[in-house]
Amino acid sequence: MIISCDDRGRCLVVSVSGRLDTLTSPDLDKAGKSWIEEGKVDVVLDMEGLDYISSAGLRSILALAKAIEANGGRLVLCNVRGMVEEVLSMSGFDSFLSIFADIDSAVGFF
Amino acid sequence: MESCCRVFNAETGDVEEVISFISSLSSCLSERKRQYLDLAVEEIFVNICLYAYEMPPGTVMVAFEELDDSVSVEFQDDGLPFDPLAQAEPDLTLAMEDRSGGGLGILLTRRVMDEVHYNRKDGKNSLKIVVRK
Repeated sequence: MIISCDDRGRCLVVSVSGRLDTLTSPDLDKAGKSWIEEGKVDVVLDMEGLDYISSAGLRSILALAKAIEANGGRLVLCNVRGMVEEVLSMSGFDSFLSIFADIDSAVGFF
Repeated sequence: MESCCRVFNAETGDVEEVISFISSLSSCLSERKRQYLDLAVEEIFVNICLYAYEMPPGTVMVAFEELDDSVSVEFQDDGLPFDPLAQAEPDLTLAMEDRSGGGLGILLTRRVMDEVHYNRKDGKNSLKIVVRK
């Protein structure tokens, strides 16, 4: 998995690509902790390049969303597609996370 | 028609190896069904690694079989008796702050596979997943 960040001022846009699974989700946990420590409040998680997600990835997203909210911010997702979109729906994550069609509309939410 | 079996150490670091073993045998499936199978294989293997053995690592036997209309993968471990299908599914209607993230692996496995069977026999846990072609 590759994680790349783009600070848009009003929020941080984080693009993840590849696979978010048992082996790679600790990388997202670690990155998430550092954004929160740096005081980044609102985060857009752009999943355009994400091909695969498992329950370990879902747990990382849940923990990240809770930590960001505890910090007074929001985590929103965008560009979910394919099996990633199906897994988010099967697990009911699409009922408590806001999901936008693209980066611009997600950034516009903040 | 093909069948093939391998024994792996029950260590999460080996999950990629298990996925590539099954993936290399399941070219008869569509791209989406191969992703589903990857997902179920990861969830089951990692679950065994984390919970089956009091004195890790034990081993997991992974057996692949292709039939006319389906593909199956059976996981056998000789760890603690555990039927994942008997566990309550997580409540998907809870608000985010009340969700724990537990139980999602087996929930996803049940959703993406056409059949999931658990058996306890000869002191072993056997979990078999089936996906139709």
